[in-house]
Amino acid sequence: MSAYAADVAALARKDLRLELRTRETLPAMLLFVVATLVVFHFALPPRAGHDAAYGLLWVALVFTALLGLGRAWVPEREGSVLDGLVLAPCDRSAIWLGKTLATLAFLVGVEVIALPAFAVFFAPLPVRALAGVALANLGICAVGSLVAAMAAAGRTRELILPLLFLPLAIPLIVGGVGATISPHKAEYLLFLVLYDAVFSILSWAAFEYVVTE
Amino acid sequence: MAAALGLVFFVAPVDADQGISQKIFYFHVPLALTSYVCFGVGAWKGLRLLWTGAARYDLESYTAIHQGTIFGALTLLTGSIWAKASWGRWWVWSEDQLVLFLVLFLFYCAYFMLRFSVEPGSRRERISAVYALFGVALIPVSFLAIRLSKNFIHPVVFTRHGPQMTHSMFAAFCVAWAAVLLVAYVMYRVELAGKRIDANLQDLREALTAS
Amino acid sequence: MIKADRVEKRYGRAWALRSVSFELGAGELLLVTGPNGSGKTTLLRLIAGLATPTRGTLTVSAGRADVGYLGHEPLVYRDLTGLENLDLYGRLYRIRERRERIGMSLERFGLWDARNERVSTYSRGMVQRLALCRALLHDPALLVLDEPFTALDDRAAALLDTELAAFAAVKTLVVSTHDPERIDDFATQRLALA
Repeated sequence: MSAYAADVAALARKDLRLELRTRETLPAMLLFVVATLVVFHFALPPRAGHDAAYGLLWVALVFTALLGLGRAWVPEREGSVLDGLVLAPCDRSAIWLGKTLATLAFLVGVEVIALPAFAVFFAPLPVRALAGVALANLGICAVGSLVAAMAAAGRTRELILPLLFLPLAIPLIVGGVGATISPHKAEYLLFLVLYDAVFSILSWAAFEYVVTE
Repeated sequence: MAAALGLVFFVAPVDADQGISQKIFYFHVPLALTSYVCFGVGAWKGLRLLWTGAARYDLESYTAIHQGTIFGALTLLTGSIWAKASWGRWWVWSEDQLVLFLVLFLFYCAYFMLRFSVEPGSRRERISAVYALFGVALIPVSFLAIRLSKNFIHPVVFTRHGPQMTHSMFAAFCVAWAAVLLVAYVMYRVELAGKRIDANLQDLREALTAS
Repeated sequence: MIKADRVEKRYGRAWALRSVSFELGAGELLLVTGPNGSGKTTLLRLIAGLATPTRGTLTVSAGRADVGYLGHEPLVYRDLTGLENLDLYGRLYRIRERRERIGMSLERFGLWDARNERVSTYSRGMVQRLALCRALLHDPALLVLDEPFTALDDRAAALLDTELAAFAAVKTLVVSTHDPERIDDFATQRLALA
């Protein structure tokens, strides 16, 4: 295994270990997404079709991800650990990648419960929706990790994270909803691939500059 | 500056016979295009900052994005007026350009919130530059997304349109765009100079009090 | 090893470090003193590579793998154990015979018994000792220590004294302290910031 991959693995493992031990983020995200789905039931008018529900699923996923992202860099903030990681000889982008993979794992963990819950509460989910979710997850975590690091550098942290993240998430929602309800699903899935490619590379390259002075 | 403003008002009489909505168009599109240019400049300056580390690029990037946001807000405003004149409603989701500007406006407003949140210094400069770069990446991706989002209801046929204007209209349009660009450029220089003077004054003050 | 030429650092309007120039050769020890707010921490962060100067040039001929930094913050995860923290850094610094070195380091600084406890349960002195372990783990050629004696009890401080004495002979050190007498014997250069 190359040194880079080893670094990423060590960092991602660290995040998983932290979450397993403190159990702060994952349960909150789970509860949040289920509660949100229940809220949506009351928010949707009785004649609303499946399409409206699918749209709201994506809203739920994005906001649940936001909840998780708000906590993503908290362990590194306490005790200025980020300085320690930046000092290490590893590539700074490895720090981003490790965090992205860990956040991805949490998001998928939440979706394992949320998606069946949605199917039970509202409407069954076709396979293409799952493909859309999988692709969008990548984009959410890639961009989210970077943007969360930016937010963490400031004073207002959790307050500013949604402001930074939501405009960037709009294309993901379009792609995801389109993949779920449109007859031209391939276009939307392809678009999600495009988004993931562009913004993952950008985030990967730019992370160094976000954490160094 | 006066010459630029004169030019802008000069354009209006040229097509006074077209009707209000068309007149707005001559401002709306140049404003939008100028906005893109400003954001592009902001991102370019940001890239230069990351490349060279020279602090002056931060100020230039910030000023360019500031201008871009102002022109973006004007784009939305004129767009809204145009929508009211054309369709009778203050906002239409069917106009891709307008929706794109709404998304960008949100994005760049967050830029300023980000800057206010982070303490001044090289960290803030870098983060701002990276965000500016994300902005220009977002422009085409968002545009594509907005195009695609209309497919939910009816498929959009992607056709290409030429300028679709008569010669005189096109000429007037170009003049308008040149004028708006000029105004933007002048405002940019003025704001940048103002900020630089502020910074120099502060430095001077500190140097005097230190010794 | 380190060459500083009119190095300055500022954050927005605030000057954290005013013009500083010096040259430090390999194997030397630079003792940095000065009141709070004079820029000691900023200077050490610049040398360690955590920040870049606003003006002036700073050349440090040690790469990231050769620098050991001890700052005001311990740079360890509170919810990981001492062992897990050192293991992570051990991997990131690509230390050979990682387990043995970590074991030795923990023993040396009296943390072996607490190695499987979360750092959040450590006393302040233990955390500082763990931070020292972290800084020294990869046997760096350049040590940058910002007030390393803070929070250490007498025994640990005595231990650090011996360590520093050993290091002063073979490594390059930059140490800032409120307590210059401890290190003065080893210092080859002194820098007093105002």
